[in-house]
Amino acid sequence: MEHRDDIGAKLGMWVFIFTEILLFGGLFLVYTVMRGRYAADFHSAAHHLNAFIGTINTLVLLISSATVAMSITAVQKGHNKFAVLLLFITLVCAAIFMVNKYFEWGHKFQIGLYPGSDLMLTMNHGQVMFFSLYFFMTGLHMFHLVVGGIILTIVMVKVNSGAINSTRYVLLENGGLYWHLVDLIWIFLFPLLYLIT
Amino acid sequence: MTEEKTHHPEPSYLVNTGKYKGLMSWLTSTDHKRIGLMYMYAMMVFFIVGVLLGEIMRLELFRPGQQFYGPQMYNGLFTLHGIIMIFTVVIPGLAAVFGNFSMPIMIGAKDVAFPRLNLFSFYLYIIGAGIALTSQFMGNGPPDTGWTFYAPYSIQTHTNVVAAVFGAFVLGFSSILTGLNFIVTMHRMRAPGMTFFKMPLFPWSLYATAWIQVLATPIVGITLLMVIAERWLRIGFFDPSLGGDPVLYQHLFWIYSHPAVYIMILPAMGVITEIIPTFAQRKVFGYRAIAVSSLAIALVGYFVWAHHMYTSGMSPTARWIFSLLTFLVAVPSAIKVFNWVTTMYRGSIDMKPPFLFALGFIFLFMIGGMTGLTLGALATNIHVHDTAYVVAHFHYIVFGGVGFAFFAAIHYWYPKMYGRMYNFKRANWAFGFLFIGFNLLYFPQFIIGIMGMPRRYFDYLPQFTLGMQLSFFGGILLLIGIILMITNLFSKKGAIAPANPWGGRTYEWTVPSPPPVENFEVMPVMGEDEEPYDYK
Repeated sequence: MEHRDDIGAKLGMWVFIFTEILLFGGLFLVYTVMRGRYAADFHSAAHHLNAFIGTINTLVLLISSATVAMSITAVQKGHNKFAVLLLFITLVCAAIFMVNKYFEWGHKFQIGLYPGSDLMLTMNHGQVMFFSLYFFMTGLHMFHLVVGGIILTIVMVKVNSGAINSTRYVLLENGGLYWHLVDLIWIFLFPLLYLIT
Repeated sequence: MTEEKTHHPEPSYLVNTGKYKGLMSWLTSTDHKRIGLMYMYAMMVFFIVGVLLGEIMRLELFRPGQQFYGPQMYNGLFTLHGIIMIFTVVIPGLAAVFGNFSMPIMIGAKDVAFPRLNLFSFYLYIIGAGIALTSQFMGNGPPDTGWTFYAPYSIQTHTNVVAAVFGAFVLGFSSILTGLNFIVTMHRMRAPGMTFFKMPLFPWSLYATAWIQVLATPIVGITLLMVIAERWLRIGFFDPSLGGDPVLYQHLFWIYSHPAVYIMILPAMGVITEIIPTFAQRKVFGYRAIAVSSLAIALVGYFVWAHHMYTSGMSPTARWIFSLLTFLVAVPSAIKVFNWVTTMYRGSIDMKPPFLFALGFIFLFMIGGMTGLTLGALATNIHVHDTAYVVAHFHYIVFGGVGFAFFAAIHYWYPKMYGRMYNFKRANWAFGFLFIGFNLLYFPQFIIGIMGMPRRYFDYLPQFTLGMQLSFFGGILLLIGIILMITNLFSKKGAIAPANPWGGRTYEWTVPSPPPVENFEVMPVMGEDEEPYDYK
C-alpha cells in the first residue's frame, strides 16, 4: 500500500530549509565578525563589485521566484502547459543569473583577483577577507542555484508528463520552496556584498 | 496474548521477501528495522576499531618515555580514535540504531516518514565513514589535529586533513537527514489517539535529538567547508597570518560540537527511561518532567558551547555567562536522574541484564555529570583545562553514558530484533567486566589529571606511572568485557523469544518477535484513558 502524506513531505522540506539557512548562517556570522574587525577595508573592497550586474541578477531571481509561485497555481488549476512555460521561464532566469555571474567572476579572474592569487596576497587583510567571503558565499549560493535548477528541471518534466497534476503537486511545491530559498539567500547576499559600501 | 501470536501469518522482517536475496536484500531495503540493524553492524565494526586504537595508545603510555612508536604516530592515533568514536559511533549512535529499529513501532507506525531518504542517510553514513578512514592511507599521512581540527594548525599541518574533514561533513549530512526524517515521522505518523504527551519517552528523547541534529549540524558543516577552502584556496577565515581569527573557528566548531554531546546522550537517556519502568514494573515517575527536560536540554544545550573555550581568550562577561548556562543545563539532566531513581522506588525490580546496564549507566553518568560541573566552573576549569581530567570526564559521559546505554539497549531490544533470547548469566559477567574495567580505566585519569597530566601527550612524568598502568589494566578488563558481550549476543542462537519477554507496555512488545515487515497486523489506536506506561 502506498503511503502518501503531502503535509509531511512539506514539513520535511521546511526542516531542510532551516538547515540550509543555518548553513549560510555560519557564513553570515563570519561576515559579521570580519566586517566589525575590518570595516574600512570592507568598505573600499565593496567598490570593486559591480552593483549594476548585482541588481540585474536580483531582479532576475525575483522574477524567477514569481514564475515558480505562479506555476504552482497554474498546476492547481489544471493548466499544466502554462505551468511548464512558467517553469521554463524560471530556468531561463537561472541561466541568465549564471551567465551574469560568469562574466562577473571571469572579469575578476582576468585581473588576477581570485582566492590565493598573487594580487590578493598584496592586499590588506580586510580586503582579502572581503573577497574570500565574496567568492565563498556567492560560490556556495551558485552551487545551490544549480541544484535548484536541476530539481526544477525534473519537476518541469514531471509536470509535462502529467505525473505532477492538480491532485498531486507536492513535489512542485517543494521544488518551489527550495527555489525561494535560493532566491532569499541572494536577497541577503546582495546588499551585504554589493550595496553596503 | 503471546499464545495468539505464536503462529506468524505475516513473514518477519528478517525473511527476504523482495526481489533480491542475501546481502543485496539488506542493502536495498528501506525497512526501518533492517536499516537500524545495518547501522548497528557498521557501528560495531567502527567501535571495535576505535577500542583497539585506544588500547594501542594505552600500550604506549604504559611507561614514561617512548615504548613502541613515536609521538607523530601517537598524534595520528588519538585523532583517528576521536574521529571514529565521535563521528561514526556515538553521534549517530543510539538514534540511528534503536531510533530506526524501535521508534516507528513505539509510536505505532509502519515505517519512518521517508523510508528511501532513510536508506540514503545510511549510505551517506557509510560513504562519510569511508572517506574519513581513507585519510589514514592517502596524502601525506594520517591527520594529527585531534578530532577537533583546531585552526590554525589544521590549516598548516601537512597531513591529510581535508579527507578527514570532508568525511565528517558527509557524516553530518547523514545525521541531518536522519533527524529530519524522525521529526516528520513523529509529527505525522503517531498512532491515532497518541498525542505528543502520550508518546513513549524514548521517541520523545529522539524528537529533541532530531531538532539538535537539524539545527546544529549545518554550522559545523559550513565550518568544515571553510577549513577545506582555507587549505585549498588560501582563504584565511581562521588563519591569523591572513587576517583570520582562530578563536572564531573554535566558536563555530563548538556551536555544533557541544550540542552534539546532547545528540549522543539524549537518546541514551531515552533508552534508560524505557528500561527502568519495564524492569521495575512501575509507571514512570514524572512523565511530563522527563519529556520536557529532553527539550530543555536541547534548548539550553545550544547555548553553552563556549565552556570549551575558557582559556582561549574571551571576555570575562562571556565566560561567566557561559558558566552560568552550563550549570543550568545540568538541571534537566538531574531531573531525569531523580525521576529514574524515583521510578524504581517501591517497584518490583527484576535484575535482568538490561536493567543492570541501565543502573551502570546512571552510576557512570552521575560521575561524568558531576565532574562536568567542575569543568563548567570558571576557577576550577582553568586548573584542569586540557588535562587527563577532561579525558576522564567525557569518557564517563560518552562511554559510561552513551556506551553503557547502547549496551543496555542491545540487551533490551535484542529479543525483539532477532526473536531469540541470550544467556543472562554471561551477559551479567560481561557487565561485571565492563563496569569494573571502565572505572579502573578512567577513574585514575581524574586523579592524574588533577595532579597535572595534560591530555594528548605521548610522554609523561614518572609520578603518573601508577595511574597510567591502572588505566592500562582497566582497558584490558574492558576489552574482555566487550568480547564476552559480543560473543554472548552473536555467537550462537538462544531460545526463541516471546513477543514480550520483559513485560513491557510500549507498542513494540505487542507485535511478534521479530516483527513482521509492516510491524502491525492491526494498526494500533490509543484510547482516551490509555497511557504509555500503565503498569499496575
